[in-house]
Amino acid sequence: MTTIVTDNCKRCRFTDCVTVCPVSCFHGDEEMLYIDPEECIDCGACIPKCPVEAIYEDPIPEDKQHWIEINEERALMFPVIQDQQDPYPGAEERKAELGF
Amino acid sequence: MSDVGSEQNPVRAAIVGSGPSGFYALEALIRSEPAVLVDMFERLPSPFGLVRSGVAPDHPKLKKPIGVYQKLAGAPEFRFFGNVNVGRDVSVEELRNCYHAVVFACGAETDRKLGIPGEHLPGSHAATELVGWYNGHPDYRDLEFDLSHDTAVIIGQGNVAVDVCRILAKTVDELKHSDIAKHALEALAQSKVCNIHMIGRRGPAQAKFTHQELREFGELTECEPVVNPKDLELNETSREELADRNNRANLKSFEVLQSFAARPPPASRRRCRFHFLKSPLELKGEHRVERMVLARNLLEGKPSQQFARATEELEELTCGLVFRSIGYRGMPIPGVPFDEGRGVFPNRDGRIIDGESAVPGLYATGWIKRGPTGIIGTNRADSVATVKALLEDLPNFGATQKPGADGLKSFFEYRGVRVVSYEDWQKIDSAEIRRGQAAGKPREKFTRVEEMLSVLDEVK
Ligand SMILES: Cc1cc2nc3c(=O)[nH]c(=O)nc-3n(C[C@H](O)[C@H](O)[C@H](O)COP(=O)(O)OP(=O)(O)OC[C@H]3O[C@@H](n4cnc5c(N)ncnc54)[C@H](O)[C@@H]3O)c2cc1C
Ligand SMILES: NC(=O)c1ccc[n+]([C@@H]2O[C@H](COP(=O)([O-])OP(=O)(O)OC[C@H]3O[C@@H](n4cnc5c(N)ncnc54)[C@H](OP(=O)(O)O)[C@@H]3O)[C@@H](O)[C@H]2O)c1
Ligand code: SF4
Ligand code: SF4
Repeated sequence: MTTIVTDNCKRCRFTDCVTVCPVSCFHGDEEMLYIDPEECIDCGACIPKCPVEAIYEDPIPEDKQHWIEINEERALMFPVIQDQQDPYPGAEERKAELGF
Repeated sequence: MSDVGSEQNPVRAAIVGSGPSGFYALEALIRSEPAVLVDMFERLPSPFGLVRSGVAPDHPKLKKPIGVYQKLAGAPEFRFFGNVNVGRDVSVEELRNCYHAVVFACGAETDRKLGIPGEHLPGSHAATELVGWYNGHPDYRDLEFDLSHDTAVIIGQGNVAVDVCRILAKTVDELKHSDIAKHALEALAQSKVCNIHMIGRRGPAQAKFTHQELREFGELTECEPVVNPKDLELNETSREELADRNNRANLKSFEVLQSFAARPPPASRRRCRFHFLKSPLELKGEHRVERMVLARNLLEGKPSQQFARATEELEELTCGLVFRSIGYRGMPIPGVPFDEGRGVFPNRDGRIIDGESAVPGLYATGWIKRGPTGIIGTNRADSVATVKALLEDLPNFGATQKPGADGLKSFFEYRGVRVVSYEDWQKIDSAEIRRGQAAGKPREKFTRVEEMLSVLDEVK
């Protein structure tokens, strides 16, 4: 099973997702978050928390498949994000832009 | 004297309960700015609450948060006091004398009743009991379930109901390499149950189970799911609900149910049939459960607030075993206010309240704070919130030093309490893992408190 963060997460940082992760497996670079597939237990707790529906679980749609590898690689490169952060400036606007 | 929270006068916090909410409260406390020392009290010798004794044995991945808790338990600020029942072995008053703050993370340990005639007939049980039994919880060790009848009925459509149905539906081969208790595996090996009915009072758009859990019914060796396509015909309001983005989890489950309804008639030995819009009115039987009387329901109310109303239309279902899986319920502890209606410790943002006013130094988190819903991770955000409230109250704690568990030692000695430390638990843990190896299981749990304690006497 797989749970991944995808493009909608870019420039957001609402990070509601990380607050409910039982194993703290979210990692982040400047732009967005990634889930470490080795640690993630696919419990789905984070999915309803994301205000822009950036998180996908199985079955992963065709057009999001490439994010599996991106999450796997980038999670290992960046630090764990464990606590809620302030959203990036413009995050609300972007959310509206995305139709949420 | 130094302020509470300084290195010289650390905050002394007690956590009651060692489930997810207890460990996430520990995490939040040790990651906080002020200096803290945390003692955790657990009524069993074994920690981890429902992750050990609730999460289904055939879902080992969902038990992985235990690894996180094991790491947290290594913190120098932490001490574990297992086999200590708060309210019995030590009073809440005594804890308050020894700690600045007491955080109740004691979960919801009993079950809700249906309140219908015949509910107490032999053969009618709470899902809570079966769950505790197959997971080797000492409280449920000696229960017996009569698995000699071919039909079992489960009332409720949450994920606990799903767990119960799946464990009854699986073959021994599907379970034997899990950490299921030995006594349960042996009893299930003799099970004659082949018709499993899961009954929901509302419709397929309102069921509480999640799609990943539901999907598993399509992948079992010897059991197939059965859904009547007619039962998936929705009223206008339910269609509206499923069209709402906020209900996308319900839509996913609905789609899985549709896929079940489209299957050819089952050819397997066992089958699990999903019923909707039915409520049990009565359990009948001479000496034990033989039949269930059900009323057909209609849905009424606004979108997302629809409730079931019984009609005059009745049906009977022959059955030998009934499990109500309609929710857990918190239990009171003497010295703490209790909300009888909801079965929780009344609180505001985690501060326990008596009437309108906060009781100084008492906090709640997890199921005893919110009620019995939410998955493991839900408790992390919840405990962060409670600890935030606790830290805001720091100025009210005064400058008094508190002794922590050192102040309780004499009580434990006097009352003959055999305290289980974290090192003790690690010995029990290793012994369980060793026992499991021979059987190809991750562990063979000790299912009696005396067995766990005797491990400690042996290795001394
Ligand atoms: C059957 C079942 C299966 C579940 N499966 C999953 C799953 O697969 N995935 C998932 O994410 N969530 C699952 N959940 C939900 C999850 O288990 C809960 O959200 C979580 O355990 C609640 O945490 P808690 O710490 O509040 O309570 P608990 O986990 O119940 O912990 C409470 C602890 O307090 C102790 N205690 C109680 N009273 C006292 C006292 N007086 N003195 C000392 N100690 C005391 C208890 O012994 C227990 O160890 C499941 C729940 C159930 C019931
Ligand atoms: N694998 C997992 O992730 C997993 C496994 C187990 C448990 N859990 C979690 O643990 C929590 C507790 O689970 P749960 O299954 O005990 O609770 P739940 O999800 O709240 O489900 C309770 C069920 O009982 C029904 N019910 C309540 N009162 C009833 C009555 N009087 N008559 C008939 N039906 C009644 C409810 O129907 P209504 O909707 O009509 O009220 C609902 O279907 C949930 O949050 C669950 O997700 C998760
Ligand atoms: S809540 Fe969603 S968008 Fe925001 S950080 Fe988490 S995954 Fe990204
Ligand atoms: S699915 Fe669960 S474990 Fe995985 S990232 Fe989301 S909250 Fe964390």
